[in-house]
Amino acid sequence: MSGEIAAAFAKAKARGEGALVAYAMAGDPDLPRSVDVFAAMVEGGADILEIGVAFSDPIADGPVIQEASERALKAGASLKRVLNEVVPEVRKRCPETPLVVMTYINVVMALGEEKYAKLAREKGISGTILPDLPPEESVGIRAAFDAVGLDLIPLCAPTTPPARAEAIARDARGFVYCVSVAGVTGMRAELPVDLSSRLELVKRASPVPITAGFGISTAEQARAIGAHADGVVVGSALVRAAHADGPAAARQLCAEIKRGLKR
Amino acid sequence: MSIETSATVGRFGPFGGRYVPETLVPALLELEEAYAAARADPAFGKQVTQVLKEFVGRETPLTPAHRLTAAWGGAQVWLKREDLAHTGAHKINNTIGQVLLALRMGKKRIIAETGAGQHGVATATACALFGLPCEVYMGALDVERQALNVFRMRALGATVRPVELGSKTLKDAMNEAMRTWVSQVQDTHYVIGSAAGPHPYPTIVRDFQAIIGQEVRTQSQALFGRLPDAIIACVGGGSNAIGVLHPFIGDKQVRLVGVEAGGHGLNTQQHGASLTLGTEGVLHGSRSLVLQDENGQIQEAHSISAGLDYPGVGPELAFLVKTGRMEIRTATDDEALQAFYEVSRSEGILPALETSHAFARGAELARELGKGKHLVINCSGRGDKDVATIAARGIPAAITGNKS
Repeated sequence: MSGEIAAAFAKAKARGEGALVAYAMAGDPDLPRSVDVFAAMVEGGADILEIGVAFSDPIADGPVIQEASERALKAGASLKRVLNEVVPEVRKRCPETPLVVMTYINVVMALGEEKYAKLAREKGISGTILPDLPPEESVGIRAAFDAVGLDLIPLCAPTTPPARAEAIARDARGFVYCVSVAGVTGMRAELPVDLSSRLELVKRASPVPITAGFGISTAEQARAIGAHADGVVVGSALVRAAHADGPAAARQLCAEIKRGLKR
Repeated sequence: MSIETSATVGRFGPFGGRYVPETLVPALLELEEAYAAARADPAFGKQVTQVLKEFVGRETPLTPAHRLTAAWGGAQVWLKREDLAHTGAHKINNTIGQVLLALRMGKKRIIAETGAGQHGVATATACALFGLPCEVYMGALDVERQALNVFRMRALGATVRPVELGSKTLKDAMNEAMRTWVSQVQDTHYVIGSAAGPHPYPTIVRDFQAIIGQEVRTQSQALFGRLPDAIIACVGGGSNAIGVLHPFIGDKQVRLVGVEAGGHGLNTQQHGASLTLGTEGVLHGSRSLVLQDENGQIQEAHSISAGLDYPGVGPELAFLVKTGRMEIRTATDDEALQAFYEVSRSEGILPALETSHAFARGAELARELGKGKHLVINCSGRGDKDVATIAARGIPAAITGNKS
């Protein structure tokens, strides 16, 4: 276990707040300017940064993040360049904030699972989310991550049956990422009514903090979820804000969502 | 409960598996279970067989190709006539089976992706037959290239959704179909048309397509008293190839040959040769051989044939090639076009551009085998859907000069 992630959740809790895990795409609009977005999100109150690494075929993502991937790939983003050029700069500007990489398994496989784990840890990455790697396929890679103390953060879906959700939670590293809606990433006007009971179930089974993500873009949604989870993940809304109006817009949205997370 | 690893489940050596968002995993587990139950149920098998006979027109013939045999001067050439199956290609074998399975599972609607449009037409057809709503995702470029099939799908009552993302071809249509499935997984069955995708799809599609090879076994015994010496099929995702080849995997004396899209040439990066030049990776839910760059980004494939320009391939074919059981060759766009005319003029059959790739390597294989041997070419589909693409290039002077 990296330890940094648990510490960040604990710090937020001590301040009487739910944690905000804030996502942006590394390399969107280009590598240096994406660093400004990450730094701005921390200024806005983000507790953990989720660094998106683009993949050409992102089957778990909706249009906002797909388009960000295309921009990032055009700007030359690759896992290696993100680890070597983006992550060290983010670290420099946000030394206290745990960093989590989110990408697809093929991108990690291309670099090599063990090589990635070692390099990511060296650069100061605390965890990794791979949305197309369900637990059945993750045994080998998790061992490689565990060996260096990189958390493989699991996902739980609305379609996941209770017994399976408990098994995923019991075995989790870092935090459990509960997918709030059956669907791809992207903003939603409404969240499912049974979300709170699903979050409670996972929370009871999990030794690590739990978050909800997918579809969350407002302080009200954050407040509703914050009552049942240790934090929220916000992605598409931040990517859209940063793309339309730059880092300041992402900072402002983070601050607004943090207000929703005050207990 | 503990979660079992799929180190062996749904694997073909290192290939296969189930690399999908967690949202889909329960649906895939449900599908795996439902399929196992259906397979064990003689009534289901009987139902599929009956529809294939009464509606699809199976069995399809194994036709001797007398003039090609004479022209090529080697083995006796036989054509397995999937072009004569209803809707004009082998794709219908699988869609009938999967739609019946979906009905058994109580699913309310069907989605599919399509490249050349043949799988889309076959899915729309099965849905019309059984009265299920159907939505087909198709790359915008393919919508243009395959206007006839787009019309056929719409006439059959399906909704065609053009995909404007990425390369606007099959790969992007499959991404979009998977994204849609993630949102509608509770009541929707996704009919995958290639022997690709997450487990259990490669197994399901292979089993439904294996009827092609099973018929070839029986027919070759009846027509020439033994198994063929070689079987050749084109490979995009690989459903017709695994279908005709799978029943012969244990017959070591039968050479199994696949032909991929060489596009503009293997040295141009504009091809669809994932078995020939691909590297291990994960695309659309399974681990296989894929065309990708050093950073793991999937490359765009190219082929004159919309059904072959896919940068991945079914995991079982990757395994058969890696273990040496299957030979793999390529044919370029130009070679496929040439073969299209050759087969049209010497056998009275307009082969699909996909199929034309298999024919393009037929001559050399017939000569390698020599006289007295038997070569089966899987005629996976008919070329009517491609005539606009082919006509747009004009009939080459070399061909009109010889024959007009």
